[in-house]
Amino acid sequence: MTFHGLIFYGLAAVILGATLAAVTRRNLVHAVVYLIISFFGTAAVYYLLGAPFLGILEVIIYAGAIMVLFLFIIMMLRVERQAEYRFSLGQWLPAAILGLMFLVLVALLVSTDPGAGAGLTAATVSPRVFGRFLFQRYWLAVEIVSFLLLIVLIGALVLGRAPARRPTGGTEGDP
Amino acid sequence: MIVPYGHVLLLAGALFALGLVCAVARRNLVMVLLGVEIMLNAAGIAFVGAALRWQQLEGQIFVLFIMALAAAEVSVGLALIVRAYRRTGSIDQTTYDLLKW
Repeated sequence: MTFHGLIFYGLAAVILGATLAAVTRRNLVHAVVYLIISFFGTAAVYYLLGAPFLGILEVIIYAGAIMVLFLFIIMMLRVERQAEYRFSLGQWLPAAILGLMFLVLVALLVSTDPGAGAGLTAATVSPRVFGRFLFQRYWLAVEIVSFLLLIVLIGALVLGRAPARRPTGGTEGDP
Repeated sequence: MIVPYGHVLLLAGALFALGLVCAVARRNLVMVLLGVEIMLNAAGIAFVGAALRWQQLEGQIFVLFIMALAAAEVSVGLALIVRAYRRTGSIDQTTYDLLKW
């Protein structure tokens, strides 16, 4: 195993462990903070796989913007610490068995793949090459995505506006 | 020589499964959105690995669009959650029974 392979497996362990902790947390703020660790690990994996620009974007957008948005909402909503409902064992045991079988089969498939022995060769895409390629070939998609973001901005504004007084409706918990 | 591409796929698959469990099994709406974020992130890892495996830059370009999509999805989703909270006073999925007659 090479040095880079060792780093990859360490990062994978960090990512999976932090995500598992985030998924099982009862407290929402703790879950978000664990997920930030997971996203930092993902950024390092991007860097390792030759996409340093995407690694930086992962830290800025995912770990920075999106998670802070989650924290804002969690702290805004005054979520009461209620006992969360858990599924009974009979309900999720079949799903767990099927998922485990799937994981074992895919692991077998990956390990017996004839082309799997060859590791990925390290290569790095500099941000300059990335940006040039993006705006030469996929400029239309960039425009569409920017339009989508504009629509989402307007939509979030409309949805998040304080509701007008309604004469009817079951708004018993209206703050 | 880093690792075989299959191991990258295994990491992405395990992460996707965790996100799926989070989105399906939790009752809290915020945790459901977090699960969707985890799944999108797992897809990004698979794309970057594929970009390195076949030496094509399109995989990395696609991750950029996934990030923009994730930001869009999470902002609309959180606005919807705030609206549902204002309406019902809860972010628990099972308390939404306004349509029940």
